[in-house]
Amino acid sequence: MLVEVKNIYKKFFGENILDDVSLDIKKGDKIVMMGPNGAGKTTLVRAILGFYHIDKGSIKVSGYDPVKQRVKVLKNISFIPQLPPPIKLSLKEMISFIVKSSNISEELIFQEAYKMDLDLNYNLKKQFFKLSGGMKQKLLIAIALSKKSSLLIFDEPTANLDPKSRDHFYDLLQGLDKQCSTLFITHRLDEIKNLVNRQIYMELGKIVEDEQI
Amino acid sequence: MKKLFLVAYLDVRESLRSKWFYVYTVVFGGLMALFFITGISNSVIMGFTGLSRMLLIFIQVTIIILPIFILITTVKSISGDRESNVLEYMLSFPISLRNYYWGKILGRFLTVFVPVILALLLGVIFGLIKGGNLPWNIILLYSALLFSVCLIFLGIAFFISTLVKSTDIAVGISFVVWIALLAFIDIGLIGLMLQHRINDELIIGIAMLNPIEVFRIGAISLFDPQLSVIGPVAYYILDSVGTKLLILYSIFYPIVLGLIFALLGYVAFKKKDLL
Repeated sequence: MLVEVKNIYKKFFGENILDDVSLDIKKGDKIVMMGPNGAGKTTLVRAILGFYHIDKGSIKVSGYDPVKQRVKVLKNISFIPQLPPPIKLSLKEMISFIVKSSNISEELIFQEAYKMDLDLNYNLKKQFFKLSGGMKQKLLIAIALSKKSSLLIFDEPTANLDPKSRDHFYDLLQGLDKQCSTLFITHRLDEIKNLVNRQIYMELGKIVEDEQI
Repeated sequence: MKKLFLVAYLDVRESLRSKWFYVYTVVFGGLMALFFITGISNSVIMGFTGLSRMLLIFIQVTIIILPIFILITTVKSISGDRESNVLEYMLSFPISLRNYYWGKILGRFLTVFVPVILALLLGVIFGLIKGGNLPWNIILLYSALLFSVCLIFLGIAFFISTLVKSTDIAVGISFVVWIALLAFIDIGLIGLMLQHRINDELIIGIAMLNPIEVFRIGAISLFDPQLSVIGPVAYYILDSVGTKLLILYSIFYPIVLGLIFALLGYVAFKKKDLL
């Protein structure tokens, strides 16, 4: 099992944001997670990534605790946030951080970016936050794919992309290893229907629907 | 360790592009140049003259502005990254919290310490240009004091930065800390003692705990400290403890306290939710 979430609870300001959530992600699962704003989707993902100390329950990723063994856990996960953060590093510096922290090759990032129609050579000295929204998102996707992780987590990954770039992105995902698992948080099911085999629906901190599609 | 240095290096690179860093560097370098241009080193005030006089003025101004500069620029380091979701992205890579936190501290320490020490060296160069003897004992003491004062306020700033999630609140707390510490330097303490008839040992105790007051006494202790220059509390402490012990205390106490605050910040960073 890649991810095992067992009966977890998380409260913020006295309110249950995650309320007895259990979830298993197996190798090769391609999941779409949906639900209204405030349903707990992002909190669940952040808990899996080790950003939150859960109040009750347990989370294991490849058998490791995401809080206590974060380095081991995050070696196998790629994450793309909903909005590209305003990182002030230049692309060269940012890529050097990723290459050295994740032990991946710089060339691979350049190749993945090229597949997304992003030529990094012309922008290496630019600061990340000064790129256009689409370019930022393309770079984050290229980084995520070059990590060759066993689990890719995407929080509304195509929000900043034009239709052509979205198609590129979906084409790239078609080429992913079958053993690689993906977890999409999105409201646009129609766009990724062909890329997923499982649908999860969350509401008020609970998983209310989990089915194969 | 490689990853810690990588985080420190990237933090330095990021700071070097920030507007605050330029203001910070220009303020301290500019101060020294201003003292030189206005001929402060030629004046004789309260018995001090030459380069010693210029360094003394520099350090007295530094006592007031350095802590607040360090606090408000550093306090945004982690809380700002958290608020803008930069922390979420950067920490989604396999880097330990230890490497990230201490790397940030090391990087930020270099960016706050180097400009002030360079300003001090600029003063020394001015001194060499003007001729005369260089007061090496004062230069060494001031370098050590600047190092320790940078560390204490960096430790406090990182402690606040990890505890508070909003940058506005973090900056607000920094101001309160700065004003509270300034209020409890010599004049404030004596006022407190006279008004409320507070035990003088308590007053001395508060003075010895206050890093700004400790820095102040340490900075003036190498001169011939007069009551009118350093104030009654500082005069009393210097008289009872002795110069050597006081200098050692004024260097090592802020370093130890800064490391304690930085460590407490690290514990909070590890034990609390990161976002």
